[in-house]
Amino acid sequence: MTGSRPRVAATAMIAALALTGCGETDDTPVLTWYINPDDGGQAALAEQCTDEADGEYIIQTSLLPNDAPAQREQLARRLAAGDSSLDIMSVDLPFIPEFAEPGFLAPVPDDVAENTTEDTLDGPLEAATWGDELVAIPFTANPQLLWYRESVAEEAGLDMDEPVTWDDIIDAARETDTYLGIQGVREESMTVWVNALIASQGETILADEQAEADQLQPQLGSEAGQRAAEIISTIGSEGLAGPGVASLDEEQGMRLFQGDNGSFMVNWPFVWPATNAAVEGGDLDEEVLDDIGWAQYPRVEADTESAPPLGGVALAVGAESEHPDLAYQAVECIVQPENQADYFLTDGLPPSSDSAYADDRFEDEFPMAEDIREAIDNAAPRPQTPFYNEVSEGIQSRFTPISGIDPETTGEQTDTFIQQVLRGERLL
Amino acid sequence: MTATAEKNPASRRARQEARLGWYLAGPAFLVMLAVTAYPIAQALFDSLFSHRLTAPDEREFIGLGNYTTILTDPVFGRAMAVTLFITVVTVAVELVLGFALALVMHKALKRLRGLLRTSILVPYGIITVVSAFAWYYMFDINSGFINSWFSWVPGITEDLDWFSNFWTAVTVIMLSEIWKTTPFIALLLLAGLAQVPDDLLEASRVDGATWWQQMYKVIIPNMKAAIMVAVLFRALDAFRIFDNVFIMTGGEAGTEVLALLTYHQTISRLEIGLGSALSVIMFLCVVLMCWAAIKLFNVDLARGTDASSGKGEK
Repeated sequence: MTGSRPRVAATAMIAALALTGCGETDDTPVLTWYINPDDGGQAALAEQCTDEADGEYIIQTSLLPNDAPAQREQLARRLAAGDSSLDIMSVDLPFIPEFAEPGFLAPVPDDVAENTTEDTLDGPLEAATWGDELVAIPFTANPQLLWYRESVAEEAGLDMDEPVTWDDIIDAARETDTYLGIQGVREESMTVWVNALIASQGETILADEQAEADQLQPQLGSEAGQRAAEIISTIGSEGLAGPGVASLDEEQGMRLFQGDNGSFMVNWPFVWPATNAAVEGGDLDEEVLDDIGWAQYPRVEADTESAPPLGGVALAVGAESEHPDLAYQAVECIVQPENQADYFLTDGLPPSSDSAYADDRFEDEFPMAEDIREAIDNAAPRPQTPFYNEVSEGIQSRFTPISGIDPETTGEQTDTFIQQVLRGERLL
Repeated sequence: MTATAEKNPASRRARQEARLGWYLAGPAFLVMLAVTAYPIAQALFDSLFSHRLTAPDEREFIGLGNYTTILTDPVFGRAMAVTLFITVVTVAVELVLGFALALVMHKALKRLRGLLRTSILVPYGIITVVSAFAWYYMFDINSGFINSWFSWVPGITEDLDWFSNFWTAVTVIMLSEIWKTTPFIALLLLAGLAQVPDDLLEASRVDGATWWQQMYKVIIPNMKAAIMVAVLFRALDAFRIFDNVFIMTGGEAGTEVLALLTYHQTISRLEIGLGSALSVIMFLCVVLMCWAAIKLFNVDLARGTDASSGKGEK
């Protein structure tokens, strides 16, 4: 029995080699693509582009940890140590400046920049830029939408064809005695929320994003910051997000929304395939699915368009990579609009390229694709600074638990705290 | 024969033995140097710099600056207090429970002994991360069953979010810690119980000592060494608590302990300097605890018995 194992492995290897194309030899450069966990879409793209390269290079994937902060930690450690295996990396948008500033990323060749960003939507393009230069190639773009239960909106008398404000949905939750699906947990999602609330008033969290560590000026104590804190605090102190608010993340928020007390929810598009799957698997009633509607992210002021949160990944090439040219060639292959469309359908992460949305397969799978595209166009990236982690963790620590927020002082305290941390005067 | 000649064979033998000792222990000693002394020295060195992994060019020597920042920060004081609180409470509870378990195991019928020891040891055999997740999901407001099973207990309702409040969160963390490591203490104490001479016990019984008197006058004094070793090992372990807090709260609700604080600075913030300084401080605390145990309480780790009884045997 034991003897058959190596043989099986060997056969599998030969089969794999035979599958991956014709022109490959032992000298074919192997590019490693560090991917964030998904449903297998990136691995499929790696295989597809390896085939298309016809022996010029082979892309193999290597899996990063589950959550974005842990992905950042691993990539940062490897980059700082000069790991030459970082040929291609899927980088979460807010961490790009931190990697770009110390020169950890290989410069993007002009022709690649031109070919890959011809029709990139504004939000993701801005997020992949640092100091007026494109430093990574936009791939997916993930905006939040406002999801609602049509029955609750009707009961509260809200016309969802018109833009709604946070005040509207707070009132609706109060009136109908239902819960709002927000993210109250002390995680990245808290910064995502705070940033969207401030950006929706046309302001930014940082006065000057390019500033050095000791010059960085957070302005959460500003008028816009206070208004943002007020919205979060109202939901927290009145218990409008249910008793489990302190552990409410995107996943739990979705379950709350699907439950009997669900009303409105701000969340990423993954909730749509996830809810569909739950209905197919028999865990959820068909009625719930039929009751779900979607709209643009709620506004803060009735007459200012909202700036929804933006997630997603861009592809970067490590500065120490032995084959940066080939890596960029591979990236060009990966981010083709058709591939972005395929990836949306298989893995639920929307394209950053405008033309990818022309795909008519979207209609069945993602009837909200057009709303997603609009949201991406209006979306505001999170603060773009090499010290994003400190800014974000500072916000997370002071804005949770959300029932403890004092709209007048919390913002200012957060500003001071972040500045002290950045000057090395405080621990985080 | 002169006096010197008589002395020589003995001292030569002693020297040879010493050399043999070095030959035998030398390789292990070198490996220890490589895997412990070097990283410790590196951490000491790094702790004197303001060094952020993603800003390699801005590395700057700041002397004891990191230590001043840490020691003057209330965040550190709080983490230290929480860590000490968890250490004291868990070790105290474990000692009492462990002693009871050890007595049960000691008194159990021969036939049951093996089964009993194995079943008591099961929690200790579970990987800490796994047990932390198990406890987390048990108490979690969204997936846990504790709230509905124990809703008859005053203070526990369907809406209780255990991990959003310091006292409830730290209770769950400590319960999980106690559940998992009591077997370890019980096992060490069982070894101590076996050391108590039966004739002493019999003599005390003949003299009419009650159960409590036997316990206080004979059993406990005779296993002092085992108790001290158990307390020291568990205290050092409890002081470095990480997994349970990391999984259950991630330091939220004021439950951040020293090891987690160090982790956040070094791994999440990539502030190598600050993180190294924190780990040096933690290291010094552990050394202090060892020193106090060995010097003040006469714990002899090598012999597993205290100095006075060692003398007595001679």
